[in-house]
Amino acid sequence: MRNYLGRRALLGLAQVLTLAVAVFLLVEALPGDAAVALAGDDPDPGRIERIRASLGLDRPILERLLDWLTALAHGDLGTSVVSGRAVTDIIGAGLGVTATLAGATLVLLVPLAVGLGVLAARRPGSRLDRGLTAVFIGLHAVPEFALAILLVAVFGIGLGWLPPTAVGVDPLLDPVVLLLPLVVLLARPVCSISRLVRASMITANGAEYVRHAHRLGLSGRRVRLAHALPNALAPAATQLARTTDWLLGGVVVVEAVFVLPGVGTVLVDAVAARDLPVVQGLALLFATTTVTVNLMADALSFRLAPRAGVGV
Amino acid sequence: MIDRRLFLGLTAGASLAALTGCGSSDAGPGGAAGEPRRGGRLRAAFAGGGAKEVLDPHLANLFVEAARSKALYDKLADLGDDAAPVPRLAERWEPSADLTRWRITLRKAVFHDGKPVRPQDVLASYARIMDPKRAFRAKASLSLIDLANSRAVDDRTVEFALTRPFAEFPNALASFSAYIIPESTEDFTKPVGSGPFRFGTFTPGRSTLLTRNAEYWENPPHLDELEFVLANEESARINALLGGQVEYAHDLSPVTARSHEGRGLSIVRAPNSGMQAFAMKVDRPPFDNRDLREAMFLLTDRQQLVDSTLSGAGQVGNDLFGKGFKHYAEDIPQRTRDLDRAKWLVDRAGARGLAVRLDTSTAATGFVEAATVFAEQARAAGLDVQVAVGDKDTYWANSLKNGSLTSFRSGAMPIETHISGRLLSSSTTNTTKWTRPEFDALYDKAVSTTDESARAAAYGEMQRVLHAEGGYLIWGQADWIVGTSAKVGGVRTAPANTLDWARFDTVWLG
Repeated sequence: MRNYLGRRALLGLAQVLTLAVAVFLLVEALPGDAAVALAGDDPDPGRIERIRASLGLDRPILERLLDWLTALAHGDLGTSVVSGRAVTDIIGAGLGVTATLAGATLVLLVPLAVGLGVLAARRPGSRLDRGLTAVFIGLHAVPEFALAILLVAVFGIGLGWLPPTAVGVDPLLDPVVLLLPLVVLLARPVCSISRLVRASMITANGAEYVRHAHRLGLSGRRVRLAHALPNALAPAATQLARTTDWLLGGVVVVEAVFVLPGVGTVLVDAVAARDLPVVQGLALLFATTTVTVNLMADALSFRLAPRAGVGV
Repeated sequence: MIDRRLFLGLTAGASLAALTGCGSSDAGPGGAAGEPRRGGRLRAAFAGGGAKEVLDPHLANLFVEAARSKALYDKLADLGDDAAPVPRLAERWEPSADLTRWRITLRKAVFHDGKPVRPQDVLASYARIMDPKRAFRAKASLSLIDLANSRAVDDRTVEFALTRPFAEFPNALASFSAYIIPESTEDFTKPVGSGPFRFGTFTPGRSTLLTRNAEYWENPPHLDELEFVLANEESARINALLGGQVEYAHDLSPVTARSHEGRGLSIVRAPNSGMQAFAMKVDRPPFDNRDLREAMFLLTDRQQLVDSTLSGAGQVGNDLFGKGFKHYAEDIPQRTRDLDRAKWLVDRAGARGLAVRLDTSTAATGFVEAATVFAEQARAAGLDVQVAVGDKDTYWANSLKNGSLTSFRSGAMPIETHISGRLLSSSTTNTTKWTRPEFDALYDKAVSTTDESARAAAYGEMQRVLHAEGGYLIWGQADWIVGTSAKVGGVRTAPANTLDWARFDTVWLG
């Protein structure tokens, strides 16, 4: 297992670096550069040339890539070509918001989704199960932006219970602005994960080892939670990893509706401005997150249900 | 979805058409704001630009940067209701008889650090903007200043030497982002200006807090504090306004405005704010053919474009820039749709069934919608206009060089600035590739004569030529829409880029 994890980690590192180079080349392949984007609706060619020179974008692409990789080797993500601020500062500011929101979502998501899944699986086909299924499928079909707009209209403006946006507030100091976004972010993952838990629980409940546990005279509750549930959680762990990844990438639509300046917004701004160092920094961050989260999920699945094997 | 954050004005100074008889007027139908009152903090929501946002006023590019610069700094002049420059830090200006030297008397004003605004600061500010190694937006407008021969006459007087006679020099003083900063400032982490508000705090991508400057040379602001907050989505700005999180929401859509008008909000509309157009390049087929350009003018159903793409929040255009501005050719009759003649002209140009690509993008609100509606109208006249939606971030640079027919829009600015920037052989943003020596000569005549009536005649002549056979098909003028809470008073209906637009020193909370 340790060997396997070591190899996976090395592979992950290679994946992250490849991705960073690929992103560099892809952004380069986009039409225009930061100078053109900055000039905006005043595209005087002479002015664009001067902006380009002042940003150092007139140097050959390979040279810039090498510079970036060298700096990266020294742990330096560079500075934004557009604002001159450190990339780590720009991303850090967004990450605070995104990580807080993702953390809060996950803390609520896991018990909620698992609890509801277990509850629905207690008596498959019962009125409760069918009711929950209907709600989950319905809710899962609602896109984030639609739910966000609806919640803002009802609770933010109609009833006036909660702030409709996070305009001008620091969400970390005034977390009440995170409540509506939290509900929006929870809605779909709760549905998908609890459905998974429900299905695996039903399978597990019918499995020989669970029936054996019942025969041994263990309480139903103990059998469900201590024996069936860990097995049933393995598939949910993979889905949870995907959700975590999705959350840490900054859910752009939710950030936009609620005006939360998270990493999704930073990315959209950086791509629009062709601010390569910031895009690169984010690519590194997202790639690392994805690799790490998936690695952790695999390790966790293995712990929960060792029989799955690792196949290597 | 984030197209409106960019300051899409082509703004080398800006102005506002007279809206009503006397130009700007106070908003606030309900009058809930009452009489001007001291105190309070006004929060204003604008679209922002994330990492792009800067405090250096000479780099201002986004609406929020322009509004913030205006609160912190002053220009020598700004543009008033008929696009004519009005004195600001300059108390008055006086040209020499040959229009090559301009003597500017400065107002008695102080920077926020208590130091007086001196001619040296003015010269240093302009030298910074004109630095050949740098790329400030106002540089082109100031380029005719001969800095080496300009000088401080005494501690309140500057004399500018120009490289050529220029009657419209005050337009340059009012050009977009030509702010006066204290001499040798390069660090803008704590900006010091002479404007109505002092700097407080700045959180990039989130908010800027400013405080009242009690020493302001004009009337000190009513507000104690002014906070700019950022919300890129229009829906978020209106939600924040409805939810009481802000008192002022900049740049609302006509649809939003209509659905919330009169429901506890004030909607402020500024007519003649945004010129809406299609640019035909006259140097290449097919629009090097004058008949075809005229056919395009005649096949356009302007009212339909205004009604559909602007939701009625605007007026039809007459293929001329600057409706209501000084020197605008009001005497040229409004062009109306004449499909029969358009078809006849299309045939005469041998263009029946011709496929024409219309390049557009989401770089400005309503571009794609207008292009789609227009393509339909052109088909009725026998032209096969095909809409091609391209990349929004590089749209302006692209449409300057490529394509024969492109979507175009412009913020308010003096007609002279529009012509010098876009319609001369030497213009750097000549999207229609309009290069005519005789037209250049008319412009030179207009700006180098001291005779007002000769100047007016030259502007009239230039506009007659453009109306008859120019490359800009200007189909409308969009309103600029701002929403405020009912307790906000003193917000004026000035279009973007003008003196009274986003001007918060005259605003109060009732």
